[in-house]
Amino acid sequence: MATKQKYETQPLKCWGRAKEIRENFYRDYAQAHEKGGLRWAGGAWTFGAIPCGLGDDVWSITSEPYAASIAANKEFSMRCLEATERAGYARDLCSYMRNYWGSVILNEYLWGGPFPKPDFIWQDHICCSHAKWYQVVCDLEPGIPQFCIDVAVGPYNEITENKVDYIVGQMHDGIAWLEKVTGRAYDDEKLIQAVHNECRSTALWAEVCTLNKAIPAPLEEKTMYSLYVLGTLMKHSKIVADFYEELRDEVRERVANQIAAVPNEQCRLMSDTQPPWGFLSLFRYLEKFGAVSIGSLYTFGLIGVWEVKPDGTWGPRTTPQEQGVDIKTRDQALRILTDWNLSKPEWQHFYSPHLKTDMMVRIAKEWSLDGVMLHYNRGCEGLTVGIAENRLGLIEAGFPVMTFEGNMGDEREFDLHKTMTRVDAFMETLGVKK
Amino acid sequence: MLNQFRDWERNRHEYAKAWKERTGGKVMGYFCTYAPEEILYAAGVLPVRILGSHEPQDVTEPHIFGMFCPFCRDCLAQGLKGRYDYLDGIMISQSCLHIRQAFTSWQKHVPVDFHYYLCMPNRVQSPHALPYLAGELAEFKTAVEKWTGKTISDADLDKAIEVYNENRRLMRAVYELRKDDHPHLTGEEAMEMVIASQMIDKAEHSRQIKKILEQLPSRDGRDPGTRLMILGSEDDDIEFLNMVESCGATFVVDDHCTGSRYFWNEVEPSDNRLEAIAARYVHRVPCPSKDWEDRTRIDHILRLARDWNVAGAVVIQQKFCDPHELDIPAIREALDRNGTKTLFLEFDVTVPIGQFKVRVEAFLEMIGDDDLFD
Repeated sequence: MATKQKYETQPLKCWGRAKEIRENFYRDYAQAHEKGGLRWAGGAWTFGAIPCGLGDDVWSITSEPYAASIAANKEFSMRCLEATERAGYARDLCSYMRNYWGSVILNEYLWGGPFPKPDFIWQDHICCSHAKWYQVVCDLEPGIPQFCIDVAVGPYNEITENKVDYIVGQMHDGIAWLEKVTGRAYDDEKLIQAVHNECRSTALWAEVCTLNKAIPAPLEEKTMYSLYVLGTLMKHSKIVADFYEELRDEVRERVANQIAAVPNEQCRLMSDTQPPWGFLSLFRYLEKFGAVSIGSLYTFGLIGVWEVKPDGTWGPRTTPQEQGVDIKTRDQALRILTDWNLSKPEWQHFYSPHLKTDMMVRIAKEWSLDGVMLHYNRGCEGLTVGIAENRLGLIEAGFPVMTFEGNMGDEREFDLHKTMTRVDAFMETLGVKK
Repeated sequence: MLNQFRDWERNRHEYAKAWKERTGGKVMGYFCTYAPEEILYAAGVLPVRILGSHEPQDVTEPHIFGMFCPFCRDCLAQGLKGRYDYLDGIMISQSCLHIRQAFTSWQKHVPVDFHYYLCMPNRVQSPHALPYLAGELAEFKTAVEKWTGKTISDADLDKAIEVYNENRRLMRAVYELRKDDHPHLTGEEAMEMVIASQMIDKAEHSRQIKKILEQLPSRDGRDPGTRLMILGSEDDDIEFLNMVESCGATFVVDDHCTGSRYFWNEVEPSDNRLEAIAARYVHRVPCPSKDWEDRTRIDHILRLARDWNVAGAVVIQQKFCDPHELDIPAIREALDRNGTKTLFLEFDVTVPIGQFKVRVEAFLEMIGDDDLFD
């Protein structure tokens, strides 16, 4: 470390458990049939609590984190991307999608063996690609039934009964469809439990992120990626909710004892959108300057669910359990699930970059930031939408912004050394020295 | 004979300004053909589609990242350059993320009295899409009434629906004439007619089509050469059509939102006017951003190719247009399976006419039955 150590640092005690949960997730999906269970595929954003009503032996694979894992394996990723291009799909499409399709086309599972074909697809449509991602999967692997829920009902501050009814109506249809394609009876109690788990886990993740307001920050973003990802795998599971509670307690302890993620912390940043997964060493490079990326709207708000607290600051949203809400019916569970998800920060930018700018400015202020690094991510139109307006808004609010162009899942569109040079220049601008 | 449409298409801003001065009405710019124009028309508002100008520009880079389609950037450029300075309002009916950015940046940087984001459903194949959109249209109608100060009555809606339906029927009649062995108009002329209809008072546009429909049958039919179809992303690149049609081919039909997709379906009148309008937009030939879980558009394209006796198809895509990119492999495969060869071209704000001409000529040579060495 070039700059002088100011704080004590320690590895996370719960790190091993996080790794184990992730490994089990991919193994359980692949081995579902051996255990007599079912497997389904869908996005990390999908209403994963709903298929839980089919039983405890139903395992999923969420496509974005799976594709991000592929992206981190450069050799396999390149073969996947090239296989997709050979099949006729454009190179500028979502790189998660292209990595995922490549794995299907090659019939190779990242964790070994052939790609485990799902029994059904349970998706939601958040961007231009999400439903069509699986339309193509059905072309590549014919015969998989798919159901996709449209969630494009506008930002949370404009939600009406009509909009909620649209989503909940599709969910009810979806449950009838799940019963039909699996031949199983649906258990509302399991749904209700999964909704409780999801509210608990996503509020807990927001609480963990809130703790990062502390100086020094107890977590840095590279580590947070490995933790938040569990929510993208199964935010509706008790395993993840329990883990986030354990994590929250440990992070509280770190804050109380000034245990820093970056021991020479002297500059606080946030990023935006998914990072180039094959090049997370960029965050280690920041540390040479004592710069800590405390997170981003992406790491905070894709899984975390938030609310404005009485003191006007951002904190974890109060869960239905904490409010004493007793969920008794399927419809009630689905309405809570809908409302909860629509309030997620990372939904809002789809409708207005200006809402996203407001949230980013809030983070910049409340987390005491010195600057912002925006990843102009060629791999994801969904999270990059409006990013240029975010840049203008942050500058207008007085925060220095550095942009770098790249791709979360296609290494051909990212130049690490050029980006490091930009970091050098940004640090110089901020007056931060190694 | 068809010059009036060309004139409207080329002088769209002058038309709108003159209309405003003549009527004292408000003009609303809209960004996607899912906009329920009938409601605006019923309120006495002139809906005008915002399109680009096909000029290289350098004003949108700070607002929209360059990986988004050139069309959305070109549209925003028009606003930033003040070319639509006569607009009283803007609205978007939710479709792709790309064009949405033109709307949201316009909202902030080119202020107008009224702006509206209509949550058009994407899953139009769901039975819930219709009641949902009807509810959204009710809110939109209320907002327009508040903005214009005019109550929109059932009679106003009936009249607007009929004006729009008549225009759609007339355009279908024009397209029928393109089925002839010797079509009476070119693809370029047809596109000019449709684009003009997106900017002109529909009643006025319909009057002009009626005149044309009387005259067209007596116009000499054209030796079509190779009968082509054009389909894909938003396309108002008239220069490109002109070039292809000067190479021994004629576009006899299309599947574009600046073509048949815009007018193909009518509103089926019913007592619940807003539900009737909603049904039209939910059930219309879909943009690929809304064509899921099934791809219904492919059957429609194959029907057009068959009914208009198409020999080849030019499949175009605005660079970075994800919804179309996601459908193009399946569409090309379906056309190929049905014996219709395709040429795929990627469009930008300006197209390289010279290079495209070489590719088009090679394509025509490949699918034609001419002896090359006669």
